[in-house]
Amino acid sequence: MKKNIVTSVVLAAALTLSQAALAVDGKLTIVTSFPKDLTAVYKQAFEAANPGAQVEVLNKKTTAGIKYLQETAGSNSSDLFWASAPDAFEVLKGDGLLVRYRPKAEGIPDKVGAFPINDPDGYYSGFAASGYGIMWNERYIKAKKLPVAKEWADLKKPVFHGHVGMSAPSRSGTTHLTVETVLQGMGWDAGWAEWKEIAGNFKTVTERSFGVPDGVNSGQFGYGIVIDFFGLSSKASGFPVDFVYPRVTTLVPANIGIVKNAPNQPAAEAFIEYLLSPEGQTLLLDPKIQRLPVNPKTYAKAPAGFPNPFKDKSIGAAVKFDLDLSKNRYNVVNSLFDVMVTYRLDDLQAATAAIQEAEAALAGKPNAEAAGLIAQAKALVAKVPTDEATAGQKEFNSIFKKKRKKAGSKLEGRQAEVEQAWDAEVKANYEKATELAKKASSMF
Amino acid sequence: MRRAVQSFQRGPAAIGLLIALFLGVFLVVPVGKVILVAFQDPNTGAATLINFLDFFRNSLFRESFVNSFYVSAMSVLVASAISIPLAYFTTRFNFGGAVLIQTLGVIPLIMPPFVGAVAMQLLFGDNGSVNLLLDEYLGFTIPFMSGLNGVILVESIHYFPFILINLSAALNNIDRSMEESAQNLGASGVRLFRRIVFPLAMPGFVAGAALVFIKVFDDLGTPLLLNVNNMLAPQAYLRISSIGISDPMGYVISVILVAFSLLSLWVSLLALKGKDYSTLQKGGGGLMRRDLRTWEKAGCYVVVIAILLLVLSPHIGLLLLSFGTVWSFAVLPDAFTLEHYYTVFESASQYITNTLLYAGLAALMDVILATAIAYVVWRTKLAGRKWLDYGATGALAVPGVVLGIGYLRTFHDLQVPFAEQSLASWWVIIVIAMTIRRLPYALRACVAAIQQIDVMLEEAAENLGATKGRTVYRIVVPLMIGGILAGFVTSFATASVELSATIMLVARESDAPLAYGIYEFMQSAAGRGPGAALGVVAVIFVGLGTYISHRIIEGGKRKRESTSIVAQEATI
Repeated sequence: MKKNIVTSVVLAAALTLSQAALAVDGKLTIVTSFPKDLTAVYKQAFEAANPGAQVEVLNKKTTAGIKYLQETAGSNSSDLFWASAPDAFEVLKGDGLLVRYRPKAEGIPDKVGAFPINDPDGYYSGFAASGYGIMWNERYIKAKKLPVAKEWADLKKPVFHGHVGMSAPSRSGTTHLTVETVLQGMGWDAGWAEWKEIAGNFKTVTERSFGVPDGVNSGQFGYGIVIDFFGLSSKASGFPVDFVYPRVTTLVPANIGIVKNAPNQPAAEAFIEYLLSPEGQTLLLDPKIQRLPVNPKTYAKAPAGFPNPFKDKSIGAAVKFDLDLSKNRYNVVNSLFDVMVTYRLDDLQAATAAIQEAEAALAGKPNAEAAGLIAQAKALVAKVPTDEATAGQKEFNSIFKKKRKKAGSKLEGRQAEVEQAWDAEVKANYEKATELAKKASSMF
Repeated sequence: MRRAVQSFQRGPAAIGLLIALFLGVFLVVPVGKVILVAFQDPNTGAATLINFLDFFRNSLFRESFVNSFYVSAMSVLVASAISIPLAYFTTRFNFGGAVLIQTLGVIPLIMPPFVGAVAMQLLFGDNGSVNLLLDEYLGFTIPFMSGLNGVILVESIHYFPFILINLSAALNNIDRSMEESAQNLGASGVRLFRRIVFPLAMPGFVAGAALVFIKVFDDLGTPLLLNVNNMLAPQAYLRISSIGISDPMGYVISVILVAFSLLSLWVSLLALKGKDYSTLQKGGGGLMRRDLRTWEKAGCYVVVIAILLLVLSPHIGLLLLSFGTVWSFAVLPDAFTLEHYYTVFESASQYITNTLLYAGLAALMDVILATAIAYVVWRTKLAGRKWLDYGATGALAVPGVVLGIGYLRTFHDLQVPFAEQSLASWWVIIVIAMTIRRLPYALRACVAAIQQIDVMLEEAAENLGATKGRTVYRIVVPLMIGGILAGFVTSFATASVELSATIMLVARESDAPLAYGIYEFMQSAAGRGPGAALGVVAVIFVGLGTYISHRIIEGGKRKRESTSIVAQEATI
């Protein structure tokens, strides 16, 4: 079945493109973070459509891909950069390593959910959408007798303690967007409080974003906060897992952009056009790929139950995502998450467990003093060492950025200095919270 | 006489300079270009040490430092507990299991990235096979893989071959007469081992233990797989490789890792200082081998098989993963299939050819460099000779990412004549990266070997009129051959699964080695099985390559030994 779809699409593509006499030739080098399951399908289809072209796929993780393009810019040999995270493209754009290209493909709307599909400046184009959600392992939750979690708030419940996994926003651009979405949806303080209550139930913070679906697939932990195609393609590969979008999520486009001084610009343009053509979009429905096409018409060919953000307005539309706000405090949010969650997970887990235990003891036995202690403990855990206004300040953010300003504009403070102050405060708060919650428990 | 001294120094001096040049161009300059950031003020760019002050002021970093130190020290202990019995059995007794140990003992080093991690979690994780079984039948679970203890377990299982290989080589180099004298004086059993055999094998043990210590201290794969962040190497990596940020602290930690590795190397040299480990070999070295009684043999087999089962468990998991369909929250995969092997069949041969070529060349260059460095350091009086050793060993602590970025930065604009491309995108750069990264392994083995050779043998040869070169070729190298082999094997096995520098440097698919292929598969849920299949293929081919190089070198040694005996007889 799957083979049939691919072959028919390849044939159709070959026909339409050769008729249109668009065929290009020569070597096309693509630097990408996408897995072979995705790249191999497009390589095959594109080469079939352009018999003279050879596609060379260089698989590097997003960060390594950026570094590779930065270091080789002097005599660039890559044509395209093809990856998920829009922020990776922002970094390359900021370094002047991309060229402007406006795709000619028709039928693609401006926005998916609340997010613009293409870079407003035209340096990169979205070809598929993805959103964050919750995936879980059916066998795991059956064996441990756990319920299904459908909303972020569900994951705060004590029953999920030690069963949840997530990647860090500093490691994965899409995880960052999920964190930012909740912060924007609920507000700075409430949003962080929400994240820390969820994180208190984490079993682990994985180093790679793929570590999360991997952990859920193998049953290391039961629930994972993952990007949709990880959940959907795991399910399609036969793992006993399922995936759901919570109400508050953001759909983000996965992108492609042409590298500056590309050796084979015509082929690069042809590849983008192919990706956005009806044939190219249909390939996204391959069971091993499972990404949301940006062309609404493609959904007609999707299997039943495949989410359609252009029809189902509840996906990714609950939050009006403010891109500028996100961009301004990008590094501060990453760093805060690492200081408060990633590097202090043990302390956070201990504090959360103590609070959950005290609350369970309190249930049904009103005790004002204990309730007061628990409330204090929760407030201490929720406390964020910096406020929203500071986090959004340009000067404060530039401490965390890699580029030094020109000589003369001397900045105050260093990242390590700021993080040390945060860390000391956070650690003390978690310890104090644990102590208070234990005191509350001891009253029963 | 004066002329003799000059010619004595001139050859080694030239070689020493060449090696220094090589290390300078391919290690010091590229790495220096990257870690320069550590010495710059993050705001103004002025030269400063403020970043180092920040490091020691930060409680998270101090905690990480202590954790790294604790894990490294414990790993050395556990790895010694695994490898000392294995090494002793193979060298001391006529024991069929010896071949088993020599062949299978290296395999833990060949741990393909990512897939090995998944296999370990599926077997020993909180919901892995072992714990699921324990929970079902006994009602409790053991957190093998959590926290620092998990790191110690996995690191010891992974790196104990460093001690095993080096210690075995050293034991084989001990002069039998030492043991005989001790026995004549009434020593036997544990006392003989503790007072005579083990102390004489000390250079090999220290070489292995230092490698394990430094390697564990600098290793980032294992803590990351277990999601332990509070150690130095993962802290450096996480800070260097985040999108958009490149925090100088990452490079500061790299500098500290290099410095600390050199410090521990220096301490290990100090431990050997002032003692003479060399023995005059009279051909047919090695301990006396004794036959075992039946029940003793059975006992040895039980111990050896138990240890091998433990240390090979990741590979057993890998094998299951490569044949399994879906393996999720279960003791074993749901069903078995050959499909994953079909999937990788097409691409595998290219990867295998590349890997064997790259790792083979790199290991060859490593043993040549290592033998030369060992000779220059221990047999000459050249000024600054110790720095060759330190410099080469420092490579151990340089994160692969840093070396990869350094190479791109330094060599991208350098065109290779005839190849018509940049040096940074030529496949040879991958070989050089592997050579630099694995040189410390070969070097420790060769240094241990040369320490065990009595310089009198060389003096004797020279008195008989042999030139310096001939002495090295006919006396030193043959006597060092055990150590050289140990170095080749460890370099080859570990180079074949190297990924962190390679992934930065691969510039076209046709140049990619196996580890890169595995990485490509391991990015998606459907790629887990094929990735594991490719991992199994890697283990088999690298294992075979190791075995064959063993045979070739051993064969050469035997031949040389027999001719030398003939020569001896002829002269008599």
